[in-house]
Amino acid sequence: MKLTVDPIGCSAHGLCADLLPEWVRLDEWGYPVVTPGPLPEGLVAQARRAVAACPVLALKLRKE
Amino acid sequence: MSILPAHRLDLAGHRRRCGVVPWIAYHDDDGRDRLIEAVELAGLRGRGGAGFPTAVKLRAARARRSIVVANGCEGDPLSHKDAALLALSPHLVLDGLQLAAHAIGAGEAVLCLHAAGPVLPSVAAALAERDDRVPVRIAEVPRRYVASEESALVHYLTSGDARPLGKVPRPAERGVRGRPTLVDNVETLAQLALVILRGPHHYRAERTDLVTVTGAVRRPGVVEVPPGASLAAVLAAAGGERGPVQAVLTGGYGGTWTADLTLGVTGIPAVYALPAGACGLAYTAEVLAFLAAESAGQCGPCVFGLPAIAADFAELLRGGASTARLARRIPLLTGRGACAHPDGAARLAGSALQTFETDVRAHLAGGRCRVLEGVA
Repeated sequence: MKLTVDPIGCSAHGLCADLLPEWVRLDEWGYPVVTPGPLPEGLVAQARRAVAACPVLALKLRKE
Repeated sequence: MSILPAHRLDLAGHRRRCGVVPWIAYHDDDGRDRLIEAVELAGLRGRGGAGFPTAVKLRAARARRSIVVANGCEGDPLSHKDAALLALSPHLVLDGLQLAAHAIGAGEAVLCLHAAGPVLPSVAAALAERDDRVPVRIAEVPRRYVASEESALVHYLTSGDARPLGKVPRPAERGVRGRPTLVDNVETLAQLALVILRGPHHYRAERTDLVTVTGAVRRPGVVEVPPGASLAAVLAAAGGERGPVQAVLTGGYGGTWTADLTLGVTGIPAVYALPAGACGLAYTAEVLAFLAAESAGQCGPCVFGLPAIAADFAELLRGGASTARLARRIPLLTGRGACAHPDGAARLAGSALQTFETDVRAHLAGGRCRVLEGVA
């Protein structure tokens, strides 16, 4: 699985970095920087919660 | 034989010079296969800047009810090769547009040009001379830097909004009005026509690319060079250096600085030669400010990041210690926008700091420019 951000939709709420700090950090303006590469299996459940929590549905989990 | 004729060619002149497309050889579905195979054999890659293999794009967009879009907008201020091509040899582009439409089975073709641009009359006159199978419509696109990005064109033709849409879905899957769409640069289409008019082997042996050369050269303008030509050869094709050149910006505003003129380049639409008496950091700061102002304003990293690095460069010019901030910010601009606009700005800024390293140190040491003060 791969975690991606729709950059047009994202409005820097920052919940993704709160819920998944192992994989997402925020830049100085509050926009998410997602670690490149496939999401480790152990983070998938937490990533799903982050995806569901995004207020503008800009965070997406895709099959590669 | 070169791509650009010395004077504008009407349809009769174009056919005398380039010949007539042998449609009979590419008739029906097998013919479409042969056409795409010829493009593949010729090794044709996109001439809009990204250099993607054209045959792969043709295959991806091959579908019923597909649309072909010719991109003649050329938003980069350092490039006018597409304008030269459309002004001098519009029929070569239109031959290529018809061939691409045939290859993917499109029933509709759109030629995108800048609104009220100088090449409109040449293209309109050329269209009026032709009786093509697939009707071609001219779309006038707003003069914004990012408006001619592939997904922005698709967006504009669908909804009238010329802002980029993002990387997924690709236009070949879901393009103009939801239909599979092929977007090709106008020079790519002209090259495609040459592949068919000359045959892929002959084309491959003799092909040239159009490059716009500006800055410190004797004859600034559009030149033709074979792929892999060194930057020195590109400058020589434009009459050679006019006074010493300290570095070259390859690929337009969102391009890469280099001082190594032995470097071979392929698929670069534009080259700017910076004279020895100019400050590369000051030039870059101006371009970064332009790029920041041209953001479509949709993605956070572009909206905030581009003005930030433009301000960092302006501060560096005044001797402010902004290099650590730049080192942190520049990598964060890559791959985080809906289009590659921030990536281009990052490339420009990063390569400027490397190429003009001596100037960076001089500005930091005294807040002064060694070039402009004649210390160099």
